[in-house]
Formats: sequence, structure tokens, C-alpha cells
Amino acid sequence: MLLRIREPAEPVTFSFNGRSVTAARGDTLAVALLAAGVDTVRESVVGGEPRAPYCLMGVCFECLVTVDGIQNRQSCLVEVRQGMVVTSQSGARLVCGGQNR
Amino acid sequence: MSMRVVTEAGQLALHYDLVVVGAGPAGLSAATEAAAAGASVLVADENLAPGGQIYRGITRNTPERQDFFGKDYWKGRAITDAFAASSVDYAAATTVWSLDAATSPLSSSPRRGEGGPKGRMRGPSGQVLPCDAPSPPCRDLLPAGEKGQAAPSHSICDSPASGEKTGVATLGLTLAGAARMVSARAVILATGAMERPMAVPGWTLPGVMSAGAAQIALKSVSGIPAGRIVLAGCGPLLYLLADQLLRAGADIAALLDTADSKQRMAALRHLPDFLLSPYVAKGLSLLLGVRRRARVISGVTELAIAGSNHAEGVRFRAGGRQDAIAADCVLLHQGIIPGINLASAAGCTIEWNDTQRAFQPWTDSHGRTSLAGVLSAGDGAGIGGAEHAAVCGRIAALAALADIGLLSSSQSAGRLAGLEKKRQTYRRGRTFLDTLYRPARQFLAPPDPDTMVCRCEEVRAGTLRQVIALGVPGPNQLKTFVRCGMGPCQGRMCASTVTEIMAEERGVSPAEIGTYRLRAPVKPLRLAELGALPQTPAAVFAVTGRTPEQHSLEEEGKNR
Repeated sequence: MLLRIREPAEPVTFSFNGRSVTAARGDTLAVALLAAGVDTVRESVVGGEPRAPYCLMGVCFECLVTVDGIQNRQSCLVEVRQGMVVTSQSGARLVCGGQNR
Repeated sequence: MSMRVVTEAGQLALHYDLVVVGAGPAGLSAATEAAAAGASVLVADENLAPGGQIYRGITRNTPERQDFFGKDYWKGRAITDAFAASSVDYAAATTVWSLDAATSPLSSSPRRGEGGPKGRMRGPSGQVLPCDAPSPPCRDLLPAGEKGQAAPSHSICDSPASGEKTGVATLGLTLAGAARMVSARAVILATGAMERPMAVPGWTLPGVMSAGAAQIALKSVSGIPAGRIVLAGCGPLLYLLADQLLRAGADIAALLDTADSKQRMAALRHLPDFLLSPYVAKGLSLLLGVRRRARVISGVTELAIAGSNHAEGVRFRAGGRQDAIAADCVLLHQGIIPGINLASAAGCTIEWNDTQRAFQPWTDSHGRTSLAGVLSAGDGAGIGGAEHAAVCGRIAALAALADIGLLSSSQSAGRLAGLEKKRQTYRRGRTFLDTLYRPARQFLAPPDPDTMVCRCEEVRAGTLRQVIALGVPGPNQLKTFVRCGMGPCQGRMCASTVTEIMAEERGVSPAEIGTYRLRAPVKPLRLAELGALPQTPAAVFAVTGRTPEQHSLEEEGKNR
């Protein structure tokens, strides 16, 4: 979890698991989620363990989320956009846009 | 003239003189240098803005608002300003997922050079040296310290019959949801470094991040971890981060220093060189400053993160005493290592650097890799720091331009000499730091069998040691046996630990173990993107036996 020590400029609003989140233009999604108090972004594929962004630089793939229907996006490399719909992934992915288990 | 920002795949040219992968100090400097010489240049970078990790957020932050960064951070502004003023194509938020190096048009029958890389670790077509002879006297696992010295300035393709030393390389990249193939006469890989994974019990818990991640949060949104923070590990960056976090008002419960005291003696003989380096004053003031303002516990030999669904604290042993500290956030760091995935998948010879204890692409003194037309600059070619990287980027650009005939050697020689001298200044003291901060064995190869090594496939150290005992030949076979390294991160988070564990179990150097064989795509690529790649009529005909015209006629027939 992150605290912003400077007020964000140019607010952008998106949703995470149905909840409205405010970030700033130019933020990456992973950092925006951490700054919004999101602690766990997904449950791991193999063991269903809680996971959160680890490296924030595109290396660890812990921050994978579904963005506007597209699975497994690295949220540390995606820029937040107004109206973006973000959902967390729990467990293994299903083909054909199936529902999370 | 100024930089053109490319925001859609369709805006990319099909061909560039030079494609630079990465927009950190090395990539930006290389691109600026090449554009100034008149080359057409594309810079492709994963991040949203230029600066790489070290200068992340530099175009957005100001010294007034973000006063917690030291003055070194703001040096990045000159680099990004020069870049923005140069005539380059800049594709941000772009992943480069493949690189096919050109095989030289000069070689009628490419074969493995006799003196060339032996015992290579990978085998895409790029492994065949592009010209017959002489090959660079490099092996996969060159001993440390020979980097750049043994290479005959990559004369392997320097044929008087051709004005150019290189052919055309092809890169696969994805931008704004669409993939494109782009060709280039030369490619500079400036993919930078990543943090050396520090696998300790509990490191997969939410609330645990790498120290680099915390620094990225600070640079990108002025964010500090909430609650009590414990930093653990070793290396200068850990203290730099501690200093920045303290200035930003973070609550640091403790810094647990895991530096191996045995390394102090080993580092001592490199001390005179370090004392002449530009890092002495900064390093000392950081170290002392952090020790004055935060609780620093040295000599930590064991570390585990406690918690069930979130980090709740750390348990550790220091000076033979077991202790625990409660924390909401744990930041791990034990140095940085080159990010070699793209270079490795392209088929560049990878060597072991024993001083830095990491694999890196083999390069000559100007950054040429073992593949013609592919150069590597900055921390991705061996750790040297930001200012070193910027100089290396410029050197690589001059070398690349000379190779493709855009600069004569007389034009580049004088500038190269000056840059090489500058580079030497920034290299000073590096061996001291590398030796002093070489992580202790138990943090390179976790002794606790329950420690997760592969975070993606959830493979633990104990499993790896058991399977290694069965006589598995190397990391690649280990991967097929237990899926270690087969997850989405493609081994980035476990490769170094796997090599270290295997080396320890076998009692040999990591150089003998090698590392994962990597293949494109080195970053996720959606099938939809791959399927929608533009195809030439010849390619369509080769696969389907019909021309695009026939296809469209058939489609019309169906619709009728």
C-alpha cells in the first residue's frame, strides 16, 4: 500500500473489481492500485495465494490483471485511462474469456 | 527538429537505420547521438515516459515538488531534454518481443567459427556466427575481467567486398494493442538491469516488494509505503532508497544489512581504485546519513518474512542472535543484474561475469555483441551505473553508425577516444563495490527447502535440490522436469537463483551451470496481435497457396 505525499494532478477515474478508483494521468495502473489501498491484486495460478505487485518494472509478472476484458496485462506497464475497467484474476485463466473460477 | 511520438503501430516506419530498445540513459543517449549523425532512429520502450528506471518520472517531476531525490537524479533531465530535441521516433508503452538478427549477406555458408563461442547455451539460427573468420575469441562463459579486451573489434564481417558490415535485423513489437515487424540495419539493446531476486521465505506475500519497486513508486507518483517499513539486503541502492524514503517522511523501522562480512577483506585490494572514483563522497555520506537517521542492523545472516496473507514483519538472525521486527512493508534488494532476455533470445553469446556474479551478453569494447548488427549498451551489458550507461550508449551509437556506413571511422575515432576515457572514470571503483556487495551464499541459494524460488510456477528450493540430485544436466532440463521458469515471467525471477542452487549442489561455478535458454516472444504477445500482423502477398501465397487477390475473390463469392 502506498501513500501519495504529493497531490496527484489531472485526476483519472477507473474501476477495480467494481470499485471506483481515482488516480492521476500518467500513472501506471499497478502504482495507482497500490496508492488506492489495494493490497492484493490477484490470487496465484498454481496455489491460489494472494499476490501483489513486486517489482513495478515489468519483470516479475505479479501485477497481472484483466483490463477492459483482456487478461494478463502487466498493470505496471499500463497507463490508467478514464473509465478503464480492471478486474483481478483469481487462480488459473480460462480460455474464451470464461469466468474466473 | 524534435522527437516524434509514435502512439500507434501504424505510425511506425517499416525500416530504420537504427532501432534502440529501451529509453533509459543508455538508450536515450544512443538515440540522440545517432539522430545527430543523420540516422533514422526508433526508440522502443516499455515504459510510459523516457528515463528508464533510474530517471523514471524525470519529465514529470520537478526539484521543487519532488525534493526527496538527490542531485544525481536530476542529471537525467539533460538526457531526456536532448532526446526530446532530437529527430527520433519514440514509441513509449511498447514491448519488443522478438529480435531476429541479420545473418550477413556476405556469408555464403555460415558455420560455427572455430575459435568462436563453444558450448553455447542456446540454439536459434542466430547462434551461427555470421561470417567465416575470424570469430571473436569469446566463449559463452568468458572469465570476468576480459570483457572488451579480447575482441578484435568485431572484424568478423568486415569484408572489403562490402561497404556495410551488417544486414537487416527484424524486431517484433507491440504498441497500443497491435503488433508490427520493423527492420533495422543496426539494433542497440539498452534493456537495462533488473534487481537480483532475493528468494527468502515469505517473499511472495503482499506487502513485500523489491527496493527498486519502492523507488519506482516514489519517482512515478511520489508514493511511499504506508506504515512501518523494513529494508533488507545489501548494496548501495538499498541505502540510497533508505535515504530517499527518509527524506520523503517514510517510517523506516529498520534496515537489515545482509552484506557478507567476508567480502570486506576481498574488496580491500580494490579500495584504492574506489577512492579515486566519483562515488566515494556520495557513498559515504549516504551510508553515514542513513545510519544516523534509521536503525541499521548489520551482519544479518538469516531472514524470513512473517505473515499469512500479508507481510507482518521479519524474523532474522544477526551476530548469532535471533530477532524479529514488526512491519507492514518489507523491501528486498541485493544488487542489480543485467536484463538479458532479449539479447539471449536473439542468440547473442552470453557470458558469466564472476565479479558481478551475473550473466551478460558478450560485447566488444564498443558494445557489439556476437551477432552482427546487434549492440548492447548500458547496464543490460554489465552493471556500471547511469552515467556509465549514458556514455556507453553514445559509444555504441557511434560504433553502430560506423558499421552501417553512416559515419567514417575518421569521423568517429576522435569522439570515441574521448568517450572511452570518460567511461573509464565511471568504471572506477566498480570492482570494489561489486566485490564488497557480493551477496552472501545463503541469499543467493536459499538453504530453507520451503523457500519459493519460482514465483510463477511455485517451485521451492527443496524440490529443486531434490531434482538436481537426480542428475539433471542443467537449468533447461530442470525447467522441463518441474516447470521452474516456465511461468509468465519467463524465468526472470528465478533464473539466477536456479543457477546458484545448481552450482552450489554441484560444487562448481555458475559459469559451468549456465542459465535458461530463452526464446521469443520474450514478452507476452496476444495471438490476436500475431494473427493481425501485416503479411506480404508472397507470404500469404507461401502458406495458403493462393494470392491475396484469390482470397478476396473467394470471400466475395461466399458473401454473395
